[in-house]
Amino acid sequence: MNKIKVAIIGPGNIGSDLMYKILKSKRLEMGLLTGIVESEGIKRARVMGINTSVEGINAVLADPDIKIVFDATGAKPHLKHAPLLKEAGKIAIDLTPAAVGPYVVPCVNLDRLKAEPNLNMVTCAGQATVPIIYAIHEAAGAKYGEIVASISSKSAGPGTRQNIDEFTETTSRAIVEVGGAKKGKAIIVLNPAEPPIMMCNTVYVEVENPDEEAIIKAVNRIVKEIQNYVPGYRLRVPPILDGHKVTTIIEVEGAGDFLPKYSGNLDIITSAAVRVAEKIAEKLLAKGVQV
Amino acid sequence: MSKGTLIHLVDTTLRDGSHAVSHEYTVEQIEAIAGGLDAAGIEYIEVTHGDGLAGSSFNYGWSLTSEEDMLVAAAKAIKNGKLTVLLLPGIASVENLEHAAQCGAKAVRVATHVTEADIGEQHIGIAKKLGLQAFGFLMMSHMAPPEKVVEQAKLFESYGADIIYVADSAGAMLPEDVKARVGVVVEAVKVPVGFHAHNNLSLATANSLAALEVGASFLDGTCRGLGAGAGNTQIEVLVGVLAKAGYQSSVDFYKIMDVAEDRVEPVMHRPQVVRNAPLMLGYAGVYSSFLLHTYRAAEKFQLDPRDILAELGRRRMVGGQEDMIVDVAYKLAQKRGGSYESR
Repeated sequence: MNKIKVAIIGPGNIGSDLMYKILKSKRLEMGLLTGIVESEGIKRARVMGINTSVEGINAVLADPDIKIVFDATGAKPHLKHAPLLKEAGKIAIDLTPAAVGPYVVPCVNLDRLKAEPNLNMVTCAGQATVPIIYAIHEAAGAKYGEIVASISSKSAGPGTRQNIDEFTETTSRAIVEVGGAKKGKAIIVLNPAEPPIMMCNTVYVEVENPDEEAIIKAVNRIVKEIQNYVPGYRLRVPPILDGHKVTTIIEVEGAGDFLPKYSGNLDIITSAAVRVAEKIAEKLLAKGVQV
Repeated sequence: MSKGTLIHLVDTTLRDGSHAVSHEYTVEQIEAIAGGLDAAGIEYIEVTHGDGLAGSSFNYGWSLTSEEDMLVAAAKAIKNGKLTVLLLPGIASVENLEHAAQCGAKAVRVATHVTEADIGEQHIGIAKKLGLQAFGFLMMSHMAPPEKVVEQAKLFESYGADIIYVADSAGAMLPEDVKARVGVVVEAVKVPVGFHAHNNLSLATANSLAALEVGASFLDGTCRGLGAGAGNTQIEVLVGVLAKAGYQSSVDFYKIMDVAEDRVEPVMHRPQVVRNAPLMLGYAGVYSSFLLHTYRAAEKFQLDPRDILAELGRRRMVGGQEDMIVDVAYKLAQKRGGSYESR
């Protein structure tokens, strides 16, 4: 089976987890892991026999065979990378809050998006909750969507901590733009308990038409779809109706590829990113693009 | 703090007290109470939804009055004191803070869980840029050992916080727990240190005095003790106690008693006493704001609120995780084998 060659910029936790997932992929070939300095992540990849570089994006641009590029750096670097990747004809999958391209949540809008040069993966909470809001919206009409993401302190990195507003603002926007709710609100809580808590998300939706049966059916269906690419995604509390308010609680156990299992928050965003890349790869392969 | 020292008081009747009235203060009540507190000589008057700016939500309960109307009404009524707002990073954003400053806020308390001060760096920085006085407020301090509290207090100081607070959000500390934490923070930072109590174990005033004994110079209170859980330190009592103990405050004893009796007591939904569930909050070390949400979940799932609170304590839930009350109640109801009555 043919594969499409991909690169990862940013050898941190997210980049390393992506690498492990790509190595298991039937559609993606792990072409390059690149950073701007020598690091643990670069060393680890090199030992595993993976092509690495400390030349940052230049190493990506130098290889015309690389078709898809995961950016796991930060918002500022991605704003620089995005036009360069576009010019080089490479598709960017953006795991930073830069949001150059449209938001993508695989089970909701991946099939609807046209051939975009840049796709943004929202946030981990967005990947976990927007599908539930979308499902409830389709079944009952969402006037308002609110989510509370509880994440173990250990799995929230310095990027998230120094700009926690970016996390809540991006997630709120995706609740509206992708989930379909008329208004959105996102809350994040960090919990330092030991052993670390698993990522847990509560989704509240104010619906127009509180049809319990339709809501439960829609939620169960979307949960199954997400489980196709995030096996550790589970309903903790199935939709509970209280007038026009629907409360659903889900948890995400990570696959434990590189990051520990409690880091379901990171796992869901890397899993979703790989899912997006695989779909794009299938399209490219169908068009006859070769590695 | 040596006797004779001026103790700075923060009244949070219109913020922490908001929990006890399910966030249903009207504009008229806010004007009357804020104006009364100001005339009584309170230095900092905190006004926000109980969970701070942007707290109005499904998760924390909806405010009757919009944030803007609340702040504008209070700002109009306050002539000498500082209108203060609470901000929990993860719930409210810098944008909310800028809006509060436009509405007349002069000080902000940036509150994080006791181990997570770094999520507040951005907000302290912006507060200083906006010319606001910035407090770093460490919630649920009973959950961390003194050395951890000190480490986090120093972080807040390094971000530019003007005052550091140790908060006993669960009302779970004994006087020696307060002394152990507040004392080391006073020694480690150059800025003034404050203490925020809850009365779940009937120790709010005693703990406040304990904090002063080891060097705190800021204290919180509310009229009639109105607040989350069994409430906060009763401020009119505190003013009397401070006077008897030989401390100075800027507050007029008679006037603050009058605000409590004439303006706050009439708007209370129930007497502020240590009922069984709030006692359980203090005993199990659970965030005081969980109380009314727990009563609602207990009714819906037909459970004893004490069982829900004990389980929340066992799971080490932190402030802001009100959503986990339903999670726990659902699990307990499942375990019991019954189903909940859908309404």
